[in-house]
Amino acid sequence: MNMRQHKLALCADHFTEWVPAQVEKSIRKYRMFTPEDLVLVAVSGGKDSLALWDILLRLGYRADGLYLGLGIDGGFGYSDESQRQCEAFAKSLASGYQGMRESGNQEVEAPVGQGVPIQDPVVPDTQIPDRWLPKLHTLSVPDAYGESIPEVARRVRRGRGKPCSVCGLIKRHEMNRIAHEMGYLVLATGHNLDDEAAVLFGNTLTWQVGYLARQGPVLPESDGFARKVKPLCRLYEREMAAYCLVRGIDYIYEECPYSFGATSIAHKELLAEMERKSPGAKQNFYLSFLRAKQNGFLDDRHQELAPSMHACERCGQPTTAPGLCAFCRLWVSVEKR
Amino acid sequence: MPKIFYRDKEWEVPTNITVRDAIKKGDLNPETVLATLDGKLITEDIHLKADDVVKLVAVISGG
Ligand code: SF4
Ligand SMILES: [Zn+2]
Ligand SMILES: [Zn+2]
Repeated sequence: MNMRQHKLALCADHFTEWVPAQVEKSIRKYRMFTPEDLVLVAVSGGKDSLALWDILLRLGYRADGLYLGLGIDGGFGYSDESQRQCEAFAKSLASGYQGMRESGNQEVEAPVGQGVPIQDPVVPDTQIPDRWLPKLHTLSVPDAYGESIPEVARRVRRGRGKPCSVCGLIKRHEMNRIAHEMGYLVLATGHNLDDEAAVLFGNTLTWQVGYLARQGPVLPESDGFARKVKPLCRLYEREMAAYCLVRGIDYIYEECPYSFGATSIAHKELLAEMERKSPGAKQNFYLSFLRAKQNGFLDDRHQELAPSMHACERCGQPTTAPGLCAFCRLWVSVEKR
Repeated sequence: MPKIFYRDKEWEVPTNITVRDAIKKGDLNPETVLATLDGKLITEDIHLKADDVVKLVAVISGG
């Protein structure tokens, strides 16, 4: 594996050790969590999130998975296939991961949901004694709310033919809710450096100061809602795909059918062009942004200007809107009918 | 001649070409794909033999 941005080439064995070591560095550098914390990893069936779960377990962290079924078909059963991929991965976990750090943590009770409409967790076929027994929690949006994501989007007519804004809103809300109800203090997502650089690029093109101020590897916890962390934020997308290949992690190659033509993909292609001409360009772009931020280039003044947050009347999640949060407003028109 | 497969495309490249150049011949940016031979990852500086069949895996995803 050649990593031109690091002027480094590694063989397969060293590469699968190098990746977790990088992740561990990020976890410590940005103070994401400790081996005592319960971490919920949002898994989609794609390469990044499954690799992240694998890596956290190998590093000895107490990480469980959460899969959200969105009810997206796209002609090839996208959601069904990605769920199958996550479940197969969860079952294979015990045999596949050897902790680098002994975590001997079985005295911690598995979190139990409080009336969450969530399926029985999938657990590995066999368990290694004294190791964290990783569980995969699954919530099907169509089962829980009676509508798939594309159906909700069509009904509320948000997002000009694409369900992505409704999808993002529902995913964020449900991850928050489940993490909170099941007692996970940390929510980890598989965003890699390319994802973060593409978002940063989009936000700088239009100088979205508010978004820029909030973008980072860690979003602190608030009012009992989980801290959000991105442990893969310093790893290239290429490295994550390579990690899965070398580790034999099977993931879904197909994309969500609605991601076709997304601006984030266009931005990634532009950044890849820069990267080809000058290795390390993507990494520089993102990491120097983080450093600039740390040095106060974006001060917190805008936060005082930001509208104040209060609890949603229906679900209790923090929101800037008076009364109901955006998620709850999606459903009120249904209930009235 | 070595053969390269990517999604529904395939192309042939001259023997002894490097993987990196073989990728470029398919009009692709080497930063956006990984090359595999017999399901194993190969590096871009490898020179391809006459009967090599290389499969490329896309690494860019949306979201
Ligand atoms: S592409 Fe859009 S609809 Fe598909 S998973 Fe992503 S946000 Fe949801
Ligand atoms: Zn080595
Ligand atoms: Zn609400």
